[in-house]
Amino acid sequence: MAQNDVNKIKDHAELFHQDEYQELFAAKKEFEGGHAPEVIAEAAEWTKSWEYREKNFAREALTVNPAKACQPLGAILAAVGFEKTLPFVHGSQGCVAYFRSHFTRHFKEPFSAVSSSMTEDAAVFGGLKNMIEGLANSYSLYQPKMIAVCTTCMAEVIGDDLQAFIKTSKEEGSVPHEYPVPYAHTPSFVGSHITGYDNMMKGILNTLTAGKKAETTNGKINFIPGFETYIGNLREIKRFAELMGVDYTLLADNSEYLDSPNNGEYNMYPGGTPLEAAADSINGEATIAFQAYSTTKTRDYIEKEWGQKTYVARPVGIRGTDEFLMKLSALTGKPIPKELEDERGRAVDALTDSQAWLHGKRVAYYGDPDLVIGLTQFLLEVGCEPVHIVVTNSNDVFEAELRALLDSSPFGANATIWGGKDLWHMRSLLFTEPVDFFIGNSYGKYLWRDTHTPMVRIGYPIFDRHHLHRYSTYGYSGTINILNWVVNTILDELDRNTIIPAKTDISYDLIR
Amino acid sequence: MTPPESATLNEATAAPEAVDKKALIKEVLEAYPEKGKKKREKHLNVYEEGKPDCGVKSNIKSVPGSMTTRGCAYAGSKGVVWGPIKDMIHISHGPVGCGYYSWSGRRNYYIGTTGIDSFGTMQFTSDFQERDIVFGGDKKLAKLITELEELFPLNRGVSIQSECPIGLIGDDIEAVAKKSAKEIGKTVVPVRCEGFRGVSQSLGHHIANDAVRDWVFPQYDKDKKAGNIPDGTQYDVAIIGDYNIGGDAWSSRILLEEIGLRVVAQWSGDGTLHEMINTPSVKLNLVHCYRSMNYISRHMEEAYGIPWLEYNFFGPTKIAESLREIASKFDEVIQAKAEEVIAKYQKQTEEVIAKYMPRLQGKTVALMVGGLRPRHVVPAFYDLGMRLIGTGYEFGHNDDYKRTTHYIEDGTLIYDDVSAFEFEEFIKAMKPDLVASGIKEKYVFQKMALPFRQMHSWDYSGPYHGYDGFAIFARDMDLALNSPTWALVGAPWTK
Repeated sequence: MAQNDVNKIKDHAELFHQDEYQELFAAKKEFEGGHAPEVIAEAAEWTKSWEYREKNFAREALTVNPAKACQPLGAILAAVGFEKTLPFVHGSQGCVAYFRSHFTRHFKEPFSAVSSSMTEDAAVFGGLKNMIEGLANSYSLYQPKMIAVCTTCMAEVIGDDLQAFIKTSKEEGSVPHEYPVPYAHTPSFVGSHITGYDNMMKGILNTLTAGKKAETTNGKINFIPGFETYIGNLREIKRFAELMGVDYTLLADNSEYLDSPNNGEYNMYPGGTPLEAAADSINGEATIAFQAYSTTKTRDYIEKEWGQKTYVARPVGIRGTDEFLMKLSALTGKPIPKELEDERGRAVDALTDSQAWLHGKRVAYYGDPDLVIGLTQFLLEVGCEPVHIVVTNSNDVFEAELRALLDSSPFGANATIWGGKDLWHMRSLLFTEPVDFFIGNSYGKYLWRDTHTPMVRIGYPIFDRHHLHRYSTYGYSGTINILNWVVNTILDELDRNTIIPAKTDISYDLIR
Repeated sequence: MTPPESATLNEATAAPEAVDKKALIKEVLEAYPEKGKKKREKHLNVYEEGKPDCGVKSNIKSVPGSMTTRGCAYAGSKGVVWGPIKDMIHISHGPVGCGYYSWSGRRNYYIGTTGIDSFGTMQFTSDFQERDIVFGGDKKLAKLITELEELFPLNRGVSIQSECPIGLIGDDIEAVAKKSAKEIGKTVVPVRCEGFRGVSQSLGHHIANDAVRDWVFPQYDKDKKAGNIPDGTQYDVAIIGDYNIGGDAWSSRILLEEIGLRVVAQWSGDGTLHEMINTPSVKLNLVHCYRSMNYISRHMEEAYGIPWLEYNFFGPTKIAESLREIASKFDEVIQAKAEEVIAKYQKQTEEVIAKYMPRLQGKTVALMVGGLRPRHVVPAFYDLGMRLIGTGYEFGHNDDYKRTTHYIEDGTLIYDDVSAFEFEEFIKAMKPDLVASGIKEKYVFQKMALPFRQMHSWDYSGPYHGYDGFAIFARDMDLALNSPTWALVGAPWTK
């Protein structure tokens, strides 16, 4: 029997390797109508070829394994950074189940959001009734301080008008008149999750800051993280500001929400940027966004409507962090403390310690535009050579920016930016032009399996490894984290490749 | 490794404080506005012994803004029924999100070379842009299918899983399917599972079942007529409604084969199109998840005269009962083998119970899942000495709640399409030792220091079906309940 030892119960990872199940799998083939093993092997080989790569890159209609999600996912991530805010997604209800599951699998935290649960009748008559009822129910049940509304593609296709619907809902008494119900139209057939983040952030700031413009500034710097999934990054930004004595408002701070302490009680709304502080952000000195392409409209709005200066800083790698700190210092007149200079020194020390293992390593990576720029900053600094860069949710401005960054270093000369491509394209790239390692989210593990290219997990989502999202990738400490993940992946791979006794283990070194 | 015995093990499990469940329901409903309260009160009740059902309404629209756990028709079709058919390519037709969020989410295990002859853990989408909404997506879909054929020539067929916009913009995916099927010479199945249809994923199951009937079975009829369907044996059966989560269908199949049956098809975990096409040739359909596949089972009964039988492979009591009942539909050879198989696994099962029952005896559990599990897994808990104090379905129908009465005790709290608010309040009041539900609920209860197991994905473990699965089930309940980590919650100086 396969399950033959009660003291060592085998789950799927071992059970199915037992003879009984191996025989079962072999016998099942009789009924499957599958292809002959040699046909499968031949086809598998063919997919590794240049010929296949050309066919693969010629496709126009088909997307396979894309590295992007849709707008409302980003919208609700923006919303939960504000104090006691409940995301409300207007449209079909299945979307919300998906978003909540996706975030929960990554953060291993509860994630609350409601749907207006529109069905066939709403498709015909519009979703106003669902909005009226949904706002009333969620307001009573979950007692949020703010309800942030975005849409699914169903509501967008039938043309529901959020502004009018929210107004009517208030008139119907769903929520009080003065109660904040910011909104954003977030069609999933436009842009990606980063677009949704931008739209929702702009919507929330627009609602909260209405009529709050004062004569004088409040002396604070606003920080906008963008579609940020590393809790450590938010904490690092706050720590920097506190070390420098900079007064700031984080728009918005979802670090407690997405990493709350377990003290035996469930709190639906931990942390979050106070609504009053967010409302006062209109009176800030300046705004710094840590991502450009998830904050494009928001920054434009802040510049035009608030008359406030905005900047983009990506504190990834040594120079990226230097630039951010110097910008912050220039904006506030506060000096950069010695403590941070020492931290910088330690990070540089770590990079120089490991540089020999990184120099000239060929790298492929994929992810959101701003993540990719941050990684490029880091990789060029340590002498790695970016080769394939896939960004499914790309745009022209981004590609020009990334090209300029790559061109600023001799190590960037061999990089190709593959905008709008997906991970099946990446598979062809890795087979035809192999690299030493690649960087990506958990979906990259299929590339690892197929191409045997060593994998470093950075990005969103990360489902198959625990706790990486708690770390920072920002700042000098974040630089050490990235370095740690990268260099130790390379060293692990080296050990794996030199582990056969009396054959390859000549290089199975103790000291590296 | 077995976790070390923790303090909770040595304490006598206190009988749960007698909770007036009727009063609890009433109290919880008070939080709703009048309209919401009226709707929700029909879905909550306390089971009374002897009643024919659980006394709740079900399969009704979720209350907007209540935070339902339900999904949509697309999830029911692509995510549940069609997605696991491993040698077909399932296109998430519409915007990028639906396919992205459901990509590799359910652990429907399969054997195959992914991207070559199997496609289960891939995300194929038409990635709709604004122009596709405005001008329609039929041309793109047709082109996409030719590209699929070019890049994945070993696929056995394609299914088109409609996302919300498809039905709203008036695309004719049936016409595309027919034309494309001719062009590529393979099965192309259009599925109208737009997410706004129906009240939950349940309608998606039904729509997916109907698509099999309308677009797959005609091939059986054609092949049968042409004499291309082998006669098979008198012991041919199909496993219907097992999605092979963590390998469940395999740890079930092994038992059916051991009692002498020939499993011709698995629906749909680790299944192939070929298996599906040949299913109407079986002598008996064995239905595990009744909710998601009763429709096609009924159809096969009506159209092909194939009887179907519901079985339950959770926990040794039900496994033995089910094996005997299945065997009773066949001859004495099979019946004798069923007894042999039950006897063969007896030692394994006794060892599992002897080891784990003392660690789990008297512990209470509250369930909230979909499909068949809010009732089917209950006997497995009882086999380990645990007790059920509340259960409910995400998307059950009245026939599910009728069946549930055979599984639960008088006074069990019943919640249909429970909202996050209700579930939290119920759990806080009833204080079960274990909550068994889904990923969206998991961390809510773990923050309350409550042991929790996911009952959709088996919390990345499994299989739980069959005798081999029961051992894993027992191990997992123990490691959840008796983990020493729960005792770390709360700083000692605050206690």
